[in-house]
Amino acid sequence: MIQRRNLLLASLWGMAAQASLANTQDATGGDPLGSMQWPGLRKQYTQDAPLRFTDQVLVRTPAFADDALNVPLQIDARALQQVGGGIARMIVVADRNPIREVLSFEPLQALPMLAFRIRLEQASPIRCLVQTRDGHWHVGGAMTQAAGGGCTVPGASRTDGSWSKTLNQVQARFFTNLAGASRRLRLQVMHPMDTGLVAGIPAFYIERLELRDAADQPWWRLQLHEPVSENPLITLEMPTDGPREFCLLGEDNNGNRIDAGVRA
Amino acid sequence: MKTACTLAVALAWAMAAVAQDGPTTTAPTTTPAPDQARLNYRLQPRQIAEGTWVIEGAVADFLPANGCNIINTAFIATGDGVIVINTGPSRLYGEQQRRAIAAVTPQPVRAVLNLNLHPDYFFGNQAWDGVPTQALAGSIAGMRAEGESYADNLYRLCGAWMRGTQATPARQALEPGSFTMGAHRLELRRLQGHTQDDLVLIDHSTGVLFAGGLVFAERVPTTPHADPAQWLNSLDQLEQWQRQGQFKQLVPSHGPVAQGLKGIAQTRDWLVWLTGWMNDSARQGLDLSELLRTPAPERFARWAAQPAELHRSLAQWYPAYERRALQAQ
Repeated sequence: MIQRRNLLLASLWGMAAQASLANTQDATGGDPLGSMQWPGLRKQYTQDAPLRFTDQVLVRTPAFADDALNVPLQIDARALQQVGGGIARMIVVADRNPIREVLSFEPLQALPMLAFRIRLEQASPIRCLVQTRDGHWHVGGAMTQAAGGGCTVPGASRTDGSWSKTLNQVQARFFTNLAGASRRLRLQVMHPMDTGLVAGIPAFYIERLELRDAADQPWWRLQLHEPVSENPLITLEMPTDGPREFCLLGEDNNGNRIDAGVRA
Repeated sequence: MKTACTLAVALAWAMAAVAQDGPTTTAPTTTPAPDQARLNYRLQPRQIAEGTWVIEGAVADFLPANGCNIINTAFIATGDGVIVINTGPSRLYGEQQRRAIAAVTPQPVRAVLNLNLHPDYFFGNQAWDGVPTQALAGSIAGMRAEGESYADNLYRLCGAWMRGTQATPARQALEPGSFTMGAHRLELRRLQGHTQDDLVLIDHSTGVLFAGGLVFAERVPTTPHADPAQWLNSLDQLEQWQRQGQFKQLVPSHGPVAQGLKGIAQTRDWLVWLTGWMNDSARQGLDLSELLRTPAPERFARWAAQPAELHRSLAQWYPAYERRALQAQ
């Protein structure tokens, strides 16, 4: 009897302790952007690896996204180049998008910097999770307001049907007249980048892009997902010194190949 | 607060009194802040020429605090009826505008003009039942096509002020031309650039030109339907008419009416700077996100709706410049 009573007391204690823990526990997992989605994202992408929030990962977005189909982002993790053995990969996610993962970038020989545009379904934190080679994660982000709807309406080339005439065509150009110790590569691949969230239009998007030199060495690698905007325009920074001739290779989720020469 | 309001009312009264004696008064009043609790725009007609009044909106961006009233509407009491120019952003505005006009003149309203297809030019049409609402045919087509999405956007931005508002496009298409009403010789002209159909009204009797969206004074121009090259041509045209003495006062749809004439040069300055900057930036390989972080030059910094309106124009226009720069190899 006594034993049983003690047991009961102990379990009551346990419940009380749990309750008080729940009261003080932060449902956003310490997210500086205060997002309830963050704990789930953290679990999905970083499991239990060490992680910190840092301004060394810059995510630049407009405070208000005027065009929810084309929200410009610029990601900059140059401050981490000498940290933890260098950068292994950078994952961009939008917490409140129906498809949260935007892209994953392996800078390899390029700078850990990237500009591109995304579709945004509603106001959301947008963040970049950077993993250094020591396995640690470094996370930066920004909040973007938006009228939204960007993931669930067809893009312009889908609406007017012009996408089929230009599919996977590439325009690329190096720019060397910008300040800073890099050569800027801007490239655009014509592709409708359908999210699969518009009735009757299945997901159709570029999955993989990479730049290789004449010796078949990769310079950077990108995995794209549905939220990257139609006709992706991507801006990368390459070292000033290096080869002048490259090949842009890639594939969409229907197996269509991308293969274009890029010349500095 | 109470004293300020009383003062504003007193000032308006004083001006109305002066206006009855002389044909023109140009000193601007401060637009009274709207009453958000009572959804009262506190519209204050101000006489600027014989038989001619303006109701000035806030020089700002759409905000609940200003009732999303950022437009200048106007009316001319010709002696043989009234012509109303633009009807504001909501049903409520139209109703209050109608009352404000009736308090100034007993003449019946003969026609309501919407100078272009943008929502604050015609959303008050709902309150003008029984009066011909008129616009250029292209504007009417645009109002029909885009009215619903304008409404969605304004409900989101302005909240309760929009209560009961439904996009109500103008019912009659009008043609450019001259006509006389009462003591006023009036002329409608069609220009282009701010939109595809920019209606301009000149009152030859008073020398007042109603420039619609072609002229912004002290405020960043809006560009959702704009063509910069056509717009610049239209500004040249306006300047020529001014030099020829066809008008001596200009009522812009946005910005202080007293600064209206200056608005021609300001609007041109903005368009030339913006298109030139986008062109140079694209050739240098700059990304849209970088332009969005760059403030406008000092001379534009104090203009209203900065930087929101600049950002809207960049998001709308810059991608085409970027594409051209990539293709120009």
